[in-house]
Amino acid sequence: MNFSREGSMSARINESTLQATTSPVNSVAAAKLKVEELNFYYGNFQALKNITMEVPANQVTAFIGPSGCGKSTMLRCFNRIHDLYPGLRTEGQILLDGQDINDRKIDINLLRSRIGMVFQKPTPFPMSVFDNIAFGVKLYERLSARDMEERVEWALKKAALWEEVKDKLKQSGQALSGGQQQRLCIARTIAVKPEVILLDEPTSALDPISTGYIEDLVNELKADYTIVIVTHNMQQAARVSDVTAFMYLGELIECDETTRIFTQPAHKRTEDYITGRYG
Amino acid sequence: MNSVYQRRRIINRMVMTLCVAAAAFGILWLLMILGTLMFKGAAALSPDVFLERTKMSGGGLGNAILGSLIMTALATVVGTVIGVAAGTWLAEYGTKSRLASTVRFINDVLLSAPSIIIGLFVYAVMVLPMGHFSGWAGVAALAVIIIPVVIRATEDMLKLVPNTLREAASALGAHRWWVVTKVCYGGARAGIITGILLGCARVSGETAPLLFTSLNSNQWNFFDMDSEMPNLPMTLYQNMTINSFIPRQVELAWAGALILTAAVLALNIIARIISSRRSKG
Ligand SMILES: Nc1ncnc2c1ncn2[C@@H]1O[C@H](COP(=O)(O)OP(=O)(O)OP(=O)(O)O)[C@@H](O)[C@H]1O
Ligand SMILES: [Mg+2]
Repeated sequence: MNFSREGSMSARINESTLQATTSPVNSVAAAKLKVEELNFYYGNFQALKNITMEVPANQVTAFIGPSGCGKSTMLRCFNRIHDLYPGLRTEGQILLDGQDINDRKIDINLLRSRIGMVFQKPTPFPMSVFDNIAFGVKLYERLSARDMEERVEWALKKAALWEEVKDKLKQSGQALSGGQQQRLCIARTIAVKPEVILLDEPTSALDPISTGYIEDLVNELKADYTIVIVTHNMQQAARVSDVTAFMYLGELIECDETTRIFTQPAHKRTEDYITGRYG
Repeated sequence: MNSVYQRRRIINRMVMTLCVAAAAFGILWLLMILGTLMFKGAAALSPDVFLERTKMSGGGLGNAILGSLIMTALATVVGTVIGVAAGTWLAEYGTKSRLASTVRFINDVLLSAPSIIIGLFVYAVMVLPMGHFSGWAGVAALAVIIIPVVIRATEDMLKLVPNTLREAASALGAHRWWVVTKVCYGGARAGIITGILLGCARVSGETAPLLFTSLNSNQWNFFDMDSEMPNLPMTLYQNMTINSFIPRQVELAWAGALILTAAVLALNIIARIISSRRSKG
């Protein structure tokens, strides 16, 4: 890691401390997503156990916890990606603006267009950079060629990728570097203007510079979007999130303001995990 | 320790030598075939070969070449449509269902079925009821041979498309059908096209399935699919056997063999280029 990043890291923790104290989570922010007694099963294996929590609107919620504790599973419940596979079962409720997303009347594709997701590994489509972004937009909007160009540029700029790819829009998205691909995927998700953005370890394969870009982006995006991020990097959780949820073996141990989780966690397990004393 | 290493080295050398010898043996035959074709076929090549129809004496192969082109092209189109559709269903929709494994099994059988059996089958279901040989029957027989090749290529290539791509496209709110046609086909396209070209190459030289279906003819046939269709492989066979007492016919047969080989070779090379481009991309 490079030192200037480490430096800015501690500076940012302080920043987010200040922010959190000026805008307390549970009082003002309305819940965008409400999880109520959620159980999730991969066949017979229960991966999520009785989870109840809220994801506040226009804030960043981080999921942390040891590998295999169910963070990805949780995230994938939010946009029902699990529905693609047979044999998986959800119990309980997830409410998006008060409406149960597992309701039969919900159009699943519309739901997913409202809740975008970026995966751990970059997943550029086998098409040009431009088409990668236009793909999602075309699904729900009919834009003129001109408007589409503007939208693509807008999304790429938001994802801090425009300068690097503006001359390569016709090239394959799969020919970009890993970090660029990940930002392309983020741009693609932003382009459809969802309400919630789910990020599953978006920076785990990236260098510190790309990671920095993406963290800045997350900070910027929360003005317009509700963001949920999974991360293995404690500093990252501290840097970017307002609320942190700690999971362990499929259970939600605690979920609170990030500053509180990182300074005075209610549970010993959380403290052990955060301080790296996890055994 | 040292002796073990020595032994390994000796075995390694022996096996390597054997492999190289086997490869050389195979390639030698191929080169001899190509050499003979070039030598005998090129001598007979002239514009007449392409422009004249087949005649008892003299003439060319124009009608046979045209007929083969028409039937192969139509069979490829039919085979592509059906094969890609079926392969897509197997890979994206049916996957583990009972019906899918049945279809997969039948497809494997079809893939290795002798082509003469397929010709007989089409003879029974098309030629007999219609009462005459026809271009359509020929097309049907060739299509039945291409279809399993394309199904296999389509399914295999779609399975190589990582699930993460499907998830990512679905996560943007795309319908299943859209995910398959816009994203999965994009990833599998080169492989599917390669499969189609190889299928096309395979049927362009098939003789047996045409015996009882399109038959052959020494007249020009411009898209009159309801009557007998001249074609290169059968002309070649007839010229080399029943007409072999006429020197010109034998010459034409060699020329036809060269043309056919060149076409198959070209299709294979194009398929190679496309698939190597895919692995680079
Ligand atoms: N497709 C699946 N089928 C069966 N079990 C699964 C499947 N996917 C995940 N699991 C199990 O569910 C549990 C939670 O997995 P999940 O991927 O949500 O963990 P995670 O917290 O995201 O871990 P990581 O930090 O390593 O990504 C794990 O025990 C895992 O083995
Ligand atoms: Mg995970």
